[in-house]
Amino acid sequence: MRIEPGGPAVAVYALRLGDDALIVAQQLGKWAARAPELAEDVALTNIGLDLLGQARILLSYAGELIGGLTEDDLAFLRDERAFLNCQLVEQPNGDFAATIARQLLFSAYQYELYDALQSSADPTLAAVAGKAVKEVAYHRDHATQWTLRLGDGTPKSTRRMQAGVDALWPYAAELFESDALLADLVAVGVAPDPAQLRSGWAGYLTPVLSAATMTPPASEWAPTGGRSGLHTEGFGFLLAEMQYLHRSHPGASW
Amino acid sequence: MTTRRPAREVLDDVVDPEIPVLTIADLGVLREVREVGGRVEVTITPTYSGCPAMDVIRTDIEVALHAAGYPDVTVRTVLAPAWTTDWMSTAGRQKLAAYGIAPPATSGSGPVLLELGVCCPQCHSADTRRQSRCGSTACKSLWVCNGCSEPFDHFRAI
Repeated sequence: MRIEPGGPAVAVYALRLGDDALIVAQQLGKWAARAPELAEDVALTNIGLDLLGQARILLSYAGELIGGLTEDDLAFLRDERAFLNCQLVEQPNGDFAATIARQLLFSAYQYELYDALQSSADPTLAAVAGKAVKEVAYHRDHATQWTLRLGDGTPKSTRRMQAGVDALWPYAAELFESDALLADLVAVGVAPDPAQLRSGWAGYLTPVLSAATMTPPASEWAPTGGRSGLHTEGFGFLLAEMQYLHRSHPGASW
Repeated sequence: MTTRRPAREVLDDVVDPEIPVLTIADLGVLREVREVGGRVEVTITPTYSGCPAMDVIRTDIEVALHAAGYPDVTVRTVLAPAWTTDWMSTAGRQKLAAYGIAPPATSGSGPVLLELGVCCPQCHSADTRRQSRCGSTACKSLWVCNGCSEPFDHFRAI
């Protein structure tokens, strides 16, 4: 595989980033009409819309690099094993606190990622990142405000917020893993080194969790595999719901 | 052969489908118009990555130019440099306020912008509070005026 801006390795990388955004967008859409208050219905779905926009651009780019594939082909016609998103994003919504915990961990990571990716040697990825980092700053702030409110709230909200963070924390390890493909892309300046994103991520989260009277769990367990197509139990159901219409009615349009 | 209006002038009739008082030029979404021979190439940039109005805007540009006698139109979308509310024209900000939407502050640097001192577009009171960071579209937040008790949208600075 040639390693260069706009090359096939970049297509795989764009798929990883695009799949992350797509799956979170799908998850957040499930909150429509189910959030604790109307303003949150609007907030979570608007955040999902930003992420869907990022996913569309990234998947379109990947499809173009692979050759002859559209964003729809990639979103709706791949099976579980071909999706390259991290396992964190596919974890079930759970209660509102668990969704906020997932948003906090993920948006803090995405912020560091896009911030660094703005100087990518690949001009398309740099442009996507320059646009998305400003959107993600809002997403991260949204999750932060709720983490503070729930974590430093009533005994019940504190317990549930901590439970959400405890359950999802182990899945964050995968975000900072490298592999041969990433090492090559880092070497040519296309991708930031994931390991180097970790200190910025932790540096943001530590004071937030502390102000929310919460403790980061000391987890040794670090599940992984999403980047090579290994996914958790709920993922097939998520795809079934997301892909049903397109597969049942090929070529359907609004 | 009748004289065609310049393509750039034709596009002054194309408005944002969500905020119809603003033209796409006021909004800063229209980046470039080039006429090469009989062809027109229009470059636009999205406000937010997921802005659902972009497809409509693209179609509206084509329809307006076709109607003005330009059969060969290409609309390109670019992401860089990333759109910012600073690109909204002064005329655009005034039209937005007159329409009942508080215009964005000109942004400083830094990723998260404080939204202090948003004035009520109806009674101009500075005594307002944010009800929700997300409003009717991705680019707006919902505010309430403590002076006249009316709710209003605020175009978020980005």
